[in-house]
Amino acid sequence: MPETIIEIEGLYKVFGKKPKSIMPLIKEGQGKQQILEETGHTVGLKDINLNIRRGETFVIMGLSGSGKSTLIRHFNRLIDPTAGKIKVEGVDIMKLSPKKLQEFRRHKMSMVFQRFALMPHWTLIKNVAYGLTVQGIPQKQCLEKAKAWLKTVGLAGYEEQFPSQLSGGQQQRVGLARALCTDAEILLMDEAFSALDPLIRSEMQDQLIGLQAKLQKTIIFITHDLDEALRLGDRIAILKDGELVQVGEPVDILLKPANAYVRAFVKDVNRARALTVETVMKPPACRITAETIGEALEQMKKHSDNYAYYVTDEGYQGVVLQETLEKAAATDKDHKLASKHIEDIPAISPGSILEAVIPETLYTDYALPVVDDKGDLCGELSRISLAEVLGEMNVDQSASLPS
Amino acid sequence: MFDKFPTMARADLLHIRKTLDLGFRDFSRAYGDIIESLFDPLLAFLIWFERLLLHSPWWLVLMVLTGLVYWGSRSWKLSLGVLICFLAIGYFGMWDNTMRTLSIITVSTMVSIVIGIPIGIVMARSDHARSLITPLLDIMQTMPAFVYLIPVVMLLGIGKVPGVIAVVVYAIPPVIRLTNLGIRLVDREILEAADAYGANSWQRLSGVQLPLALPTIMAGVNQTIMMALSMVVIASMIGVKGLGQPVLKSITNQYFTLGLFNGLAIVVLAILFDRVSQAYAKRTQKYMGEVSNA
Repeated sequence: MPETIIEIEGLYKVFGKKPKSIMPLIKEGQGKQQILEETGHTVGLKDINLNIRRGETFVIMGLSGSGKSTLIRHFNRLIDPTAGKIKVEGVDIMKLSPKKLQEFRRHKMSMVFQRFALMPHWTLIKNVAYGLTVQGIPQKQCLEKAKAWLKTVGLAGYEEQFPSQLSGGQQQRVGLARALCTDAEILLMDEAFSALDPLIRSEMQDQLIGLQAKLQKTIIFITHDLDEALRLGDRIAILKDGELVQVGEPVDILLKPANAYVRAFVKDVNRARALTVETVMKPPACRITAETIGEALEQMKKHSDNYAYYVTDEGYQGVVLQETLEKAAATDKDHKLASKHIEDIPAISPGSILEAVIPETLYTDYALPVVDDKGDLCGELSRISLAEVLGEMNVDQSASLPS
Repeated sequence: MFDKFPTMARADLLHIRKTLDLGFRDFSRAYGDIIESLFDPLLAFLIWFERLLLHSPWWLVLMVLTGLVYWGSRSWKLSLGVLICFLAIGYFGMWDNTMRTLSIITVSTMVSIVIGIPIGIVMARSDHARSLITPLLDIMQTMPAFVYLIPVVMLLGIGKVPGVIAVVVYAIPPVIRLTNLGIRLVDREILEAADAYGANSWQRLSGVQLPLALPTIMAGVNQTIMMALSMVVIASMIGVKGLGQPVLKSITNQYFTLGLFNGLAIVVLAILFDRVSQAYAKRTQKYMGEVSNA
C-alpha cells in the first residue's frame, strides 16, 4: 500500500463569532440545526478523518453546502480549522509559522479554482508563471517553464493573450498549467471543471487523466458530479452536511453504498459506463490444463459446466466443449488436445468498461473469459452476472453483491 | 419649566470658548514656526512648480500640456480641443492665473494621492481602521471649509501652504474611499489564488490588489481633482493666487463678465484633468474590454 501523504484527524470547522465555544455542544451531540438556531453558529465540517495516499486521485464529492469547498481550503490553510489536525508528509501544518506556511504553499501544493481565478491584468504566460514568480525565480526562467506548460495543455501560441480573450475551457487549461508549473506534488482542484459545459468538461477530464498517468501527482479533486467522481477518482469520499458519509473506491460506492443518502446518489449512475469488467467478473469456473483429451475430459467432469477454458503455460488459449471432447475421446483418448478441438472465443480485458463488452457477452453462448494483458486468465464474465449488476434490482440485493 | 431649552450658563460657555481659543493661540504661538518649517519643502516645491509654469515660454507650456494630453488619452481630438481652449484662455488674458491654479491643483492632487492611497490601503486591510477613518472622512467632506481654515490660518498664516492644506483636506476623501472600495471589491477567488501560491502581503498588494483596484482608484483620483478645483475660490480667500481671486473680486464688486470668464477657465481646467485621467485609466484597463471588441 502506498504511503499516506495527507492525514486529517478530527477536523471541525465552525463558522460564527465564537467558534471555539461551540465545540463542547457538538461533542455533546447537538445537531447542526439546533446549534444554528440556538447560537447562530454554522457547523461547516464535523469530525473529518481522512488519509490520502501518495499518487492517488482522491475525489471529495458532495452537493452544494456539504462543506466540500471548505474542506479543500483546509489542506493549504486558506481556511483554518476550529479543531483538528492536518498533517502533510508527517508535518502538522497547523504549527507552521506564517513564513513557513508561505514556503509550504509555494512548494508543496498548488490549486485550481472553480472560476479559474486567473489574474485578468496579466498575459497567459505570466499567469502560468505566477507560482514561480512569487518564489522569486528569475523572470526568464519562469517564462520558459510557463511556455512549456502552456504547450503541454494545448495552448501553445497563446502566450501573450489575456484571460478575457479565452473560452472557459481554455482558461481552465491555463489554471491547470499554472498549478502544474510549480512542480508541487499535491494538486488541489476545487470544482475545477464544474463551470465548463459538458463536452469541454469531459475533454478536460481526459486531459487530466492523461496528465496524471504521466505525472503521478497526488490530486484532491472536489466535485458535485458523481459521474466525474467515478471517472477520475481512485478513491471517493462522500460529504453530506459537513460529515463524511462514505470513503471508498468507486466500486464500493456504487455497489456497497453506506446508507440511503449514498444509495440515492448512485441510483442514477450509468453502471455500464462506471464499472469495469474486473469489478463484476467471477473466478473462472473451470480451467483445463491437461495435455491429452482423456485428461481434459476428466478435469471437466469435475465441474458442472459443459465447457471450460483451456490454459497452457503460454496463457489462455480458448474454450473447449464437453461435446467436442467426448466425440474426440471416442476415437483416441490419448490424442493431444489440438486447435481443432478448441473454440476460438475472444477474451475481454479486465479494465474495459461494461458497456464495451455487452454485445460480446450477448452473442456468446458461454461466459466470456477475462484475460489480463499478460495473457493470463483471471476470471469470467457471464451474462447473468452482467445482468445482475446492470439490471433493475432492489437495493438490498445490490448491497450484498460481491465486488 | 419646559418653556425654554435648558442651556449652559453663559459664563460657562464663554469660559469654554476662551479656554479653547486661548489654548490654541498659545499652541500656535509656541509651535507655529516649527510646524511651518515642516512644510518648507512643500512650499519650495510649490514655488518652483509655479515658476516653472509661469516663466517658461507660453508656447512651450502649451506644447507640453498638449503632449501630455495626447500621451494620456491617445486622442488627437481631445488634444486639439485642449489646445484651442488654452489659446482662448491666453487670448483673454488669463494665462498667468490659469498657470497658478494649474500649479496648485496639480500639487494638491499629488499630495492627496500620495497620502490618500496608503490610507485607503490601510482601511481596506483592517475593518477596525475603516470604522475609525470613515467618520473622519465624513467630517472632512461636510465641515464647511471656512471652519477648518481658521486653525490652519492661525497656525500657518495665509499663503500657498495653508491653501494646499485646505484643498487637500477637502479633496482627499474620494481617493481614500475609492482605494478602500476598489481593494475590497477585488475578486475573492483571485486573492485566494495569490494566497494559495504563497504570495506574501506585498506581492499580493502590488501584484493583484492594486492593479485590479486601479479603475476604482482612478475614479477616486478623478473625483479628488474635481473637488480640488471647486476649492479654488475658497482657497483664494486665504491668499492663494490664481483664477479664484478674480472670481472673488467679481463677487464683491458685481463684475459679472470677469467672474464668468474666470469661471469658464476653471471649467476648462476641470475638463482637461477629467478627460485625461479617465482616458488614461481606460487605456490601462484595455485587457478588460478585449472580449467586447472580439
